[in-house]
This record gives sequence, C-alpha cells and structure tokens, in this order.
Amino acid sequence: MAASLRALRRRIRSTQSTKKIFSAQELIAGARIVRAQARVEASKPYAREITRVLSALASSASLDHPLLTERQNPQRAAVLVITSDRGFAGSYNVNVLRRTEELLSLLRKEGKEPVLYVVGRKGETYYSFRDREMAETFTGFSEQPHYEDAQEVGSALIDVFTAGADDEDGGAGADNVLGVDELHIVYTEFRSLLAQVPVAKRMAPLEVEEVEEFDYEAEDRAAGRAGDSGVPTSYEFEPSAEGLLDALLPKYITTRIYAAMLEAAASESASRRRAMKSASDNAEELAKNLSRQANQARQAEITQEISEIVGGSEALVSSGSGD
Amino acid sequence: MATLQVELVAVERKIWSGEATMVIARTTEGELGVLPGHAPLLGQLAEGGVVTIRTDSGEDVIVAAHGGFLSVTERGVSILAETAEISGDIDVERAREALRRAEEDGDDPEALNAARRAQSRLRAAGETA
Repeated sequence: MAASLRALRRRIRSTQSTKKIFSAQELIAGARIVRAQARVEASKPYAREITRVLSALASSASLDHPLLTERQNPQRAAVLVITSDRGFAGSYNVNVLRRTEELLSLLRKEGKEPVLYVVGRKGETYYSFRDREMAETFTGFSEQPHYEDAQEVGSALIDVFTAGADDEDGGAGADNVLGVDELHIVYTEFRSLLAQVPVAKRMAPLEVEEVEEFDYEAEDRAAGRAGDSGVPTSYEFEPSAEGLLDALLPKYITTRIYAAMLEAAASESASRRRAMKSASDNAEELAKNLSRQANQARQAEITQEISEIVGGSEALVSSGSGD
Repeated sequence: MATLQVELVAVERKIWSGEATMVIARTTEGELGVLPGHAPLLGQLAEGGVVTIRTDSGEDVIVAAHGGFLSVTERGVSILAETAEISGDIDVERAREALRRAEEDGDDPEALNAARRAQSRLRAAGETA
C-alpha cells in the first residue's frame, strides 16, 4: 500500500511539471500569434501595391512571359509544402500533409510527375521516413519567416520552372536540367484563431490574384475625383513594359510565397496554442484524479493501521485474560 | 500648393507615407524627379539607388531602397522595395563593415549584390561610398 501511495505522488508531481511546460508553451504560442498576425498585416501594403502595379502592366504589355503562359503537355509539377519545424502543434502538420497527398494524387492522375519542395523539419521527416524523394528542403524559419527565406525558396522554384521551358518528353532539354512545368504551393491559411485551413494553390503559370480587394473607385468617389476612373491609365515605362514584367514577376511570386509563409506561421502558432491549451487542461484533470486516488490510498493506509493496532491490542487483551 | 501622396513600402512593412512636393529617384534609365501632376509612370529603380522624398514641410527624407519599383499614378507615388531604410536609421559603421566584407568576398553575384546594398545605404546616410 505504501508503495502505491508513493508511486501516485510521483505521478502527480510529474503531471504537474509537464502541465507547467504545456501552459508555458501555450503562453509563448499566444504571444507569437499576435506577432505573426501583425507581420501579416505589415506585409499587406507591399502585396497590394505590387498587385496593382502588375495589373497596370498586364493591361499594357503583351502577356507572353514564360511565367504567365500555360505550357503545352505539362510533364512535371513542383509542389511546395509549408510545414512547421517543431511538433506540439496538434493536427497542424497532419492536415497540411494530407492536403498535399490529395494534390499529389490529383497531379499524378493528370499525368504529371510531382516534385516535392518542403519547408519545415516536420514535413522533411515525414517524407524521408516514407522514403519519398524530395527535390529540396528548407528548415529553420517556420515560426518566424523573413523575406530572405522566401527569396531563397522562391529563387530555387523559379530557377527550376525556367529550366523546364525546354524539356521534351520526359527528358531534359537543351540546358540539360530537368525542370518543371507548373508550380504549386500547399500551406495553411489563417482564417481566424479557431479556423486554420490547409489550401493548395497554383503559383505558376500564374494568374494575377487580388491579394486584398481594395475599392479604388470608392476611394476616388470619396475624394471627389469621380470621372477619371473607368478609362485605363496609359503608363510610361522605364525600361520597357516587357523588361519591367521580367523584373516584377519573380518578385511577385516571391511575395506570394512570403505571404503564404507568414500565414502558415500564424496558423502554426494558433494550432500550437490550441493543442497546448487542451494538453494543460488534460494534465490538470489527470492531476486532480491522481490526487483523489492518492488521498484514498492514504486514507486506506491509515484505516488499516488503526485496525491493525486495534486488532493487535485486542489480541493482547484476550491472550492476557486467558492466563 | 499641390502635393504628392507618397507611399514607401518594403516587403516586411510600410516604411513611410505622407505628403510630398517632389520625389527624386534613379531608375535603370536615369535620374528622375517627380512633381505633382506627373504622367503615370512605372519604373524599375536602379540597384543601389537612393530615393529622396521632399516633404511639404521642406525636409528631405532620404531612403536607401534596394530591388525596387516606382509607380506614379494620379493618386500619388508608391515606391516598392525589397528592403529599404531611412537615412536616420542607417548604421554607418555596420554598412561600412558590410561593404568591406562584400568586397573581400570578390565577384560572386551575391557579394556584388551585398556590396551594392551597402553602397546605397552609405550614400543615403550622406557618406561617401
């Protein structure tokens, strides 16, 4: 009996100390969400401006840039998966990887061979454990991505996409580098603190996507400048429109990767906070149950001791009266 | 007096926004000054360039902008940069150090890029590069 009481006490202590870890993690993740959300907000002006510039360009330049044109007979497709570096984030990574598997099988069904690019240590271990080939992995920044990280990933992807332009029938083309014909990205979209949804999107050949709807006409009306909207503005270009498009499109893709990374980071922290919250709640529940059991065991021990003493003295009395 | 609505945004955050009377920048084609009422224009900023924004109070805001674009519309001017720093925030010592290191690294494209970045920061801070 005494042994089990000691075991129970030990378990209570260890449960309480893990609970401390969980709630500390929960607090850290909570602080990180706020910071990650602020960074998502801070990156929006640039995304909005670059989208606007690109739309302005698109209406003026001829759009036969390699990043914009659909390739005939696409053979290979690069898939960029954004996972986290650390675990303890509930179903965050599982969900992204499941969405990726869906995309991969869809691509295979369309006759395209998927090529994996993985961000985050968790995704890396997932695929290397299953002996799946990865073209490149990037780790060490999933929680706080910087633009340089997005640039690194972006330039790798754009290079391999450009190299794919001259590939023929499964073989490398003139440049001897086996490239890809499409770029896809899978990341977790941060909808709210409670909802993070894994999404898969195609990045290239690309369609210019409104990052955030912004009603310029309404702004014009408010400023009393009605009348000049509706007519497309004719821009001057320095250098040529095509030259600008060349310089802008890779930056636009990088910006989208960066935005995806920021959202994924916010989602990761939100997921982690939720997972840690339920873990610390569970730990508390467990500690409560264990301490009930421990109290019961202690009570039982005392009761037993008393009955032993009573039994013992009674035995003495009865043996004394027998003399 | 007419003014320009200027927005200077870097990828990670908005750096500066406000009213200005003139914006001076260098595109890949050459130096350029934008006054209110300028025709719509899209330009790629020269590498290692410095952008000067003359505010309506007559002060100059000097910015080291790297890897950027300039867009002039009837609404105003927006400057997009991959990285940008206002002259007051530039650490001259660190920029010098970065330039020295980049020059030691020689000719590979990354080092040249870093050198240009450091030069533009030094120029924006009013030092000779």
